[in-house]
Order: sequence, then C-alpha cells, then structure tokens
Amino acid sequence: MNVSSVKGSMSISSSTSTWKAGDTISDQFPAGLRVLVVDDDPTCLMILEKMLIACLYKVTKCNRAETALSKLRENKNGYDIVLSDVHMPDMDGFKLLEHIGLEMDLPVIMMSADDGKQVVMKGVTHGACDYLIKPVRIEALKNLWQHVVRKRKNEWKEFEQSGSVEEGDRQPKQSDDADYSSSANEGNWKGSKRRKDEEEETDERDDTSTLKKPRVVWSVELHQQFVAAVNQLGIDKAVPKKILELMNVPGLTRENVASHLQKYRLYLRRLSGVSQHQSNLSTIISAQDPTFGSLSSLSGLDLQTLAATGQLPAQSLARLQAAGLGRATAKSAVPITLVDQRNIFSFENPKLRFGEGQQQHMTNKQQVNLLHGIPTTMEPKQLVSLRHAAQSVGNMNMQVPPHGPQSSQNNPLLMQMGQQQQQQQSRGQILVDSTINHAPRLSSMGQPILSNGMATNVSSRSGIPENIRAPGYSQTPSMLNFPMNHASELPGNCFPLGSTPGVSNLTSKGAFQEDVNSEIKGSGGFMPSYDVFNDLNQHKPQSWELQNVGIAFDSSQHSNSLQGNLDLTQSALGQQGFSSGQMNGHNRSAAVASKAMFSTGDVKELRSAQNVNQHLNNLLVDNTIRVKSERVCDTSPANIFPDHFGQDDLMSALLKQQESVASSENEFDFDGYSMNNIPV
Amino acid sequence: MERNPMRRQLAIMRQSLFDQGHVDEQFVQLEELQDDANPNFVEEVVTLYYRDSARIILNIEQALERKPFDFRKLDAYMHQFKGSSSSIGAKKVKAESTLFREYCKSGNGEGCMRSFHQLKKEYATLRKKLGAYFQLARQAGPVETASRPK
Repeated sequence: MNVSSVKGSMSISSSTSTWKAGDTISDQFPAGLRVLVVDDDPTCLMILEKMLIACLYKVTKCNRAETALSKLRENKNGYDIVLSDVHMPDMDGFKLLEHIGLEMDLPVIMMSADDGKQVVMKGVTHGACDYLIKPVRIEALKNLWQHVVRKRKNEWKEFEQSGSVEEGDRQPKQSDDADYSSSANEGNWKGSKRRKDEEEETDERDDTSTLKKPRVVWSVELHQQFVAAVNQLGIDKAVPKKILELMNVPGLTRENVASHLQKYRLYLRRLSGVSQHQSNLSTIISAQDPTFGSLSSLSGLDLQTLAATGQLPAQSLARLQAAGLGRATAKSAVPITLVDQRNIFSFENPKLRFGEGQQQHMTNKQQVNLLHGIPTTMEPKQLVSLRHAAQSVGNMNMQVPPHGPQSSQNNPLLMQMGQQQQQQQSRGQILVDSTINHAPRLSSMGQPILSNGMATNVSSRSGIPENIRAPGYSQTPSMLNFPMNHASELPGNCFPLGSTPGVSNLTSKGAFQEDVNSEIKGSGGFMPSYDVFNDLNQHKPQSWELQNVGIAFDSSQHSNSLQGNLDLTQSALGQQGFSSGQMNGHNRSAAVASKAMFSTGDVKELRSAQNVNQHLNNLLVDNTIRVKSERVCDTSPANIFPDHFGQDDLMSALLKQQESVASSENEFDFDGYSMNNIPV
Repeated sequence: MERNPMRRQLAIMRQSLFDQGHVDEQFVQLEELQDDANPNFVEEVVTLYYRDSARIILNIEQALERKPFDFRKLDAYMHQFKGSSSSIGAKKVKAESTLFREYCKSGNGEGCMRSFHQLKKEYATLRKKLGAYFQLARQAGPVETASRPK
C-alpha cells in the first residue's frame, strides 16, 4: 500500500490510511511524488524539472497554463501537486490556481521572481499552499511533499469526522428509507461523538484503505443545492434518494448524496451535541473549552450556526472562519473546523490551500450546534457553543477571544482585517468588561462592532453578531465577529451578566466584538472564508472570495447593514433608519454587503460573491433571529428558527423577541443607546 | 587544487566568475544538478537561456524605439528577463535588470535607456566568459562536478 500510494494512486483513503496507520509511510515517499510544473520560461522550466528529478519526484512539465489544465483534467488523479509560475502569457497563474482549486483539489505552489508583498498575499488569498521566490533552490523543492501530506491529512480528518465518505457510501444502511437513523454511522452518533469518531476512524481506515472512489467534488453550488434540498425536505425527512431527486444533478449518485448527507448530519449533530454540554453559561464563560480552540471554535460555531440557519454556504463559513481564525493559530482553527465541516458539505474542493493550521476540525464540529435542522434548540445551544467558542477563543473578558489579532495575524486573510481587529479588540475588550456589567457599554460597543464586524468579521462569526448589534457602528469591521462572539456567549442561557437578554446580548456582543475582530479575520462568519475552509477542508482556496468578503464588509459596514440586524429594539432599528424592521435591515445589510462584495474589485467569481451575498442575507436573517433567541434565553423563545428562515419568519420572530425583551433592554439603556447613538 | 593543469585552469576560471560577481550561488545550484547522467547540464541550461533571453532583449529594444515608452510593458519584459537571468545565477545581469525596473516604475525613460545599455554589455560579457569556461570544461574531459568554492 505504501508503494502504491507513493506511486501516486494516492487516493485519499490509501494515502491517509497509510499515514494514519502509525505513519507507516513508505520508505520511498516522497519519492515518486507526481509533480506538474508550469512555467512559460523554458530556462526555469528546465532547471525546475532537473531539480525535481533530483528530488526523486516524477515530473511533468508544461509551458502553458492551458496545457497544464487540460493535463490535469484528463487525469484528475494523476498528479499530487502543482508548481506554477505567477506571470504567464496565456493565463494568469492565480487564475490557474483557482481552477485547480475548484476542479481538482490539489495543492498548488506558486513561484515568481516577484517577491512583493502584494503578490505573495495574492497567492495566499487565492489559496496557494506556498509561494516560492525565484530563483528556486532545490532545498525548497525537497520539502514539496509536505503540502501533499498536509492536504491528505486534512482530507482524512474530514473524512474521519464526518464519517468517511467511502464508508458511508458503502454502508448498506445508508438506504433511502433508512435515513439517518438506520445508518450505522449515524446510529453511532447517538453515542459519544468522540468515541464514534474513533470507531469510525478505525473502520474507515480499514475500509477505505482499499477503497478508491472517484471523489465527487462538492462545489459550493452543489452543496447549496444539497442544503436547499435538505431544507426543503426537512432535516428529519431528508433521505438521499429524495435529495438526489430534488437536486437533479446529472452524474450525482445516491451514494454521493448519502455520504455527503451523513457528513452533514454528523456535522449538525456535533453542533448540537456541543451546545448541549454547555448549558451553564457561567461555566461556559469561565471554562475555556480546549476543544474549542478559542476563536476558531467560536467562529466555527457561529459560522455553523449561521450556516445552519442561514444556509451559509460552507464556503462562506470556511472563509469566514478561515479569515477570522487566521488559520495559523490553533484558536482560529476551531471555527475553521466548523466551517470546514460546512465546507465539507458544501464542497470538497480544497479551497484552503493554506495548508497550515489545520485547525481543529474536531473542536469546531463539536461546538457547532448550529445546524439547520435544529432551530429551536439550536439557538440556546448555539449560544452556548458560541460562548464556548468565544471563551476558548481567548476571551477578552468574557469569552471574547482576544486571539483575534493573533489569529488574524497568522492568517493572511486576516491580515486585511488585522488592523481593524486590533482596533476592535481593544474596543472589544473594553466592551467586554463593561458589557458584563453594563449593558450600555455593550450596546455602544456592540454597535461599532456590529457594523464593522459584519464587514470584516464575516469570516466566522458573522452569524451572530449581526443580529446583536444593530447600532450602526461602522467602526468595527468586526461586526460580524461580534455576532459570533455574541452567539457563543449567549448560548441560550441568560448570561450571568444580566438577566436581561439584552444585556447578555450586549456583553456577548462586546465580547464578540473582540473576538469578532480577531476572529473576523477568520470567522467573518458571513463572508465565505473560502480560503480558510479550504485549508481545513482541503478546499481550494478561494482567496478572491475572502478578499471580496473582507472588502465587502468594510464597505458594508458603513451601510450599517448589520445594524439592521440588531434586535436591540425595533425602535432602535427604526431610528437607524432601517425600513420596517430588522429584516429589512438584514436584507439591506446583506444587500449592501453583497454589493460591497461585488464592487470590490477582486470579485472574480461572482458566483461566490453571490453565494456570499445570499449567505450574508441568510446570515443576517439568521443572526437576527439568533440574537433574539439569545436574548430571551429565559423566555424559551418560540421556535423561530424554521429550517428555512424566511424573512417573514424572522421578522415576526424578531418582533416577538423584541417585545419580550423590550423591557429588559430598557433596563440597560441599550435601547436608548442604540437608538440615539446608532450611527446610521 | 586540481592536479590536471587543464582542470586547474578551469577551476581558476570558475573562481574568477564568482569573484568578479558575474555569477552567484544559483550557479552552484546548477552545477550541483550536473551529474554523470547530465554531464553538460549547466552548459545546456545556459545555452537555452541565451537563446530564449535574446527574444526578450529584442522585444525590449523594439519597445524602446516606440515613443513614448510603455513603461508597464517594459517592466513586464524585464520581469521576465530577470526571472530567467536569476535562475542561471547571472548576478550582474540580474542587478541591472532590477535597476531597469526601478527606472520603469518611476517613469524614467533616460534611466531605462542607460540601464538597458549597461545590461546588454553585462549580458554579452557573461556570455563570452561562460562560453570560454564551458569550452575548457569540455576539453578538460568529464570530471567530477565542480566543487563549491573553497
């Protein structure tokens, strides 16, 4: 097996199982690694080829990007890694990078004589696994295999966590009728997730080691279709056969859907399972769940929640998470993992090529309760998990994970927002302190956070913060972040901060703010953290999406799109100038964000931007609802979260909550604050 | 030191290439890739370089004849040229390319012209020296690959 995997029948299962099984990597590895090198310069190409051969790799060279793409398409499993020049006459290297990411899920290394920061950043955001400066030395190529291993490892983790595609596929119980309850894997879910994972892991390893199925690439669109179908059917009634019919995608088999569904369910379960554990707010706040990995966890939760509620495309989640988490840090990993999970569902494309920071997929998954099909329970759970996430993130005070900046720093994506986050963080910190004690503080904090958060923090948090703070503080790009944190803190239970949901909202918001800021990078929540997710989910890094997101958020900040989401008070919203309620605000913000995204120059793929927008919209809507639920933790909020959140539903939900918390809110001057100080 | 006088001379020649700054560490990388299977690898690469880069030089020359200068295009050509030159370790040529690009970025047409003129000189000098070096290397017969400068 070792040899075969080395030889390049490097299917995920075989290679991962090889590695997993006690790292019994073939002695030959990385010899035989199949490298495709693309460079229009014949001199460089010749040298690279010679160097790669000297490293004992199997080299294929192309001098044109088109040729490279067609070679890759002809033989999808024929290569392990791609080395590409940035400046090529027929196609931009980054474009090629995107294509490869989308279609083939291979690690791509960029090369250039250009070592300018902008270009390198572009490589990162587009999802390159690495960036080499020319002239390339052989030493740099000797370790090329690490990117392949890393990617496989991530994929493997995904499989494990989600119950392994192959295994799921082969499960006889995975029948249409059996649905989730019948499948062995799913049955295991009932038990301890961790145990199940381990069991599955073992099973998967054994089973998948010899199984080599052509992988279905779950692109963003495909996953969206999947999620839409699931929602339409209802999470309880969604059977692979019906989903397949609804999706109506030629070439997709019931097995593909079944395994994807399995993973999705697992993901959802993890989310809810995590939230269940966090019923005690104080516990959550104080305890830093190691599994959550701080930001990442929070982000992940948020994102997932968002994803669940708003059908946030995993893509977005991943992006957000990735962005917010700054994949580099473990903390951020959490959200990312959540996102990744989402991503897994949405697309298996290795978007995140960053490769680094495979952040705890596990933690995220566990944390995220926010799965779609669990609207009512989700909320509180979400809050709980969110809180956890926030905590783990590295709470500033509450749970606001301060690591935002750290993560952001690490995460190139975050870098964009890094500054903002830092600003926000400080703000958030203050906010956090005050929020716990003083609602008003929070509100103020929240506001800026919200507005900003939305924009920048979209990455992971986005879901929650949006709702929380309507006040249009556009200062903090981490508006989105805020919601995230917020969500975590508010897990369904009234925070000790204050009985008033509003307060808790505030606090969480504040906390989130910071988290958001820091996490925003990764978690942006709303923003498709494509890149981040990719890494975790081995999705193709869609840096452009992330970029767009970041930019979009910034611009949307000002539009106070998030503000609309604030549930603080309807009046507040009204004052903010949101037309008829939050929903509108949400929509607007989403619209704004969407527009912002589109307007950002880098929106290369409208598709993703559109997706983001959709999600943003969804998120906003969801967030609103979520926030509300958070706030009225005591008053078990009516089940406002249908599987599919319609705006009308959200609106009414919001209104309901508004009313119920209105009084409490007033106590904290929140309303007043928001109303008066909301910079629209 | 090589016992064979020819090889000794080869070693001296090689050392002077480094000492005079014509080639840098990257050249050593190429040398290390040379082995029994590819005994003339370095020469092959350098030959390929001169053939391919001649095309770029021509493009730049033509672009410099069109007034006003299209600095963006000039910069793009030079970026290409620089990448090639750096990959074979052509140190002086690479330095001059960088200078040329600086002039392009600042829109200094005069600077570009001067820099390009200097670049072509260095380019030609290197070609001559390397030509002589490879010729001697062939004459000296297959030997162990060049060792790193002591």
